[in-house]
Amino acid sequence: MSDLSRDEVAHVAMLARIQLTDAELDRLAGQLDQIVGFVATVGEIGADDVPPMSHPLPLENVTRPDEVRPSLTPEQALAAAPHAQAERFAVPRILDED
Amino acid sequence: MTDYTRLTAAEIADALASGTTTSVEVTQAHLDRIAEVDGAIHAFLQVDAEGALAAAKAVDEARAAGEKLGPLAGVPIAVKDIVATKGLETTAGSKMLQGWIPPYDATIVTKLRAAGMPILGKTNMDEFAMGSSTEHSAYGPTHNPWDLDRTPGGSGGGSSAAVAAFEAPLAIGTDTGGSIRQPASVTGTVGTKPTYGGVSRYGLIALASSLDQAGPCTRSVLDAALLHEVIGGHDVMDSTSIDAPVPPVVEAARQADVSGMKIGVIKGISGEGFQPGVKQLFEESVQLLVDRGAEVVEVECPSFEKGLAAYYLIMPSEASSNLARFDAMRYGLRVGPEGVDSPSAEQVMAATREAGFGDEVKRRVILGTYALSSGYYDAYYGQAQKVRTLIARDFAAAYEKVDVLVTPTAPTTAFKLGEKLDDPMAMYLNDVATIPANLAGVPGISIPNGLASEDGLPSGFQILAPATKDERLYRAAAALEAALHEKWGGPILAQAPALTAKAGN
Repeated sequence: MSDLSRDEVAHVAMLARIQLTDAELDRLAGQLDQIVGFVATVGEIGADDVPPMSHPLPLENVTRPDEVRPSLTPEQALAAAPHAQAERFAVPRILDED
Repeated sequence: MTDYTRLTAAEIADALASGTTTSVEVTQAHLDRIAEVDGAIHAFLQVDAEGALAAAKAVDEARAAGEKLGPLAGVPIAVKDIVATKGLETTAGSKMLQGWIPPYDATIVTKLRAAGMPILGKTNMDEFAMGSSTEHSAYGPTHNPWDLDRTPGGSGGGSSAAVAAFEAPLAIGTDTGGSIRQPASVTGTVGTKPTYGGVSRYGLIALASSLDQAGPCTRSVLDAALLHEVIGGHDVMDSTSIDAPVPPVVEAARQADVSGMKIGVIKGISGEGFQPGVKQLFEESVQLLVDRGAEVVEVECPSFEKGLAAYYLIMPSEASSNLARFDAMRYGLRVGPEGVDSPSAEQVMAATREAGFGDEVKRRVILGTYALSSGYYDAYYGQAQKVRTLIARDFAAAYEKVDVLVTPTAPTTAFKLGEKLDDPMAMYLNDVATIPANLAGVPGISIPNGLASEDGLPSGFQILAPATKDERLYRAAAALEAALHEKWGGPILAQAPALTAKAGN
């Protein structure tokens, strides 16, 4: 069994940029502990010498000719932005105040 | 007068080609049906009557002018809300994208438009395709047309229910761990997950990029093949698209021939948790294939039992990366944290993702972030990737001996709304038989194979083929479908309860 603590869930949620209320944290921590306990059973299979598989296709670099093609106008690209200014996405401050 | 909503897409196409009807008439009939029953079903998040009728009129005019048209020209279709449609709101079932109007079409939508297929609207789904019941939609659940108190499966329950309720002859679904096949199974409809890379992912809102694949949701095997042919093929906009022609799926569906075909039954896959009535129907279906000339071989796929655990590490890991794009900066929701005067971008992201994501999305993003984090990576994501290799090897070994593999699609018939909502692990177990195909990238189809003896609800039969051999799915599925129709005296949906009576409730 796993022992995914409430504190760990809070920490990982912060890394994932998801704010959680105390009530949510209580509920999700219990469920996640159960799920982690289940998925950890992948460790029961002997696979030391097995190569990992990240993808179903044997992918090489896939390229296409570098040609100019129609693309979105700035107006189209910004149309769904929560806030736009001077043909750019406007975002909250990215540095700490102090 | 013909009720065009009761015909298959192939039958509608024939009526259109012979001039018996027009696309406007057929499209209007489906819009009327949606208006009549969708209050009870809730298969649609958006209905685009104006756009669908304009497209129908255009294709009617092209036909009248003698233009050469594709086989499904004029046949209307519903599209899962995870697929970007230019000018038509696309939310992926999430509050995060409420009101988002894509500035471009997904490649499959471009193909549907080029094929002259009017788009009726966007179908409901579990938020970002995370779920097996459509109850995780931020816009309320879809109801199963066979029993309105039950789920239509998920994540593509809107697409399967729309087709089962005769609101659309065809729909587009997406399948990351069974989201086309499991909803097909519990609604008495047909659904195909093509070979990974067989259908372009460009313009699909990504859940897990190495697993996601779009495909057809229909009421007949031939219809699925016809739609598969329209949406399949190479796309330069998707670097994982296979550069080869679409397999000969329509020809195979018309052949409907399993004589000499070797059918592999996987030892032990339908064990614990499988409903007796579902197992019984599965065995009857295998016998019907044998009666039609197939040979049954028992095969072992020992690593499949770890498929579910590996999937619930790989999928959340990829999802946690993919969903990082919902950061409140370029599109979608932006919410500021309460009581903070000049919040930072990070605080705005965290508050937005708190408000915009539902519980299941939060669970999976947190789980994926945890599985990828330093110190846990090798034990979780790394080990899951090795299990994935073992599952692909099991498939390869099985296909040395057989042409296709068969399983029940889902362990049970449709479950009740609310039954598994607070128990994520119970919900995940629905995917046990469908997941291996996504992990290995092989194609699969589910077709209805009867009503379970315990509850009179539909069950599904899954056929899996080697990668790029999608035509084998259709050859076997069409043969079984023909045998079953002979037995039932018609398609299974003829036995579904009339909805109009229930819709008034």
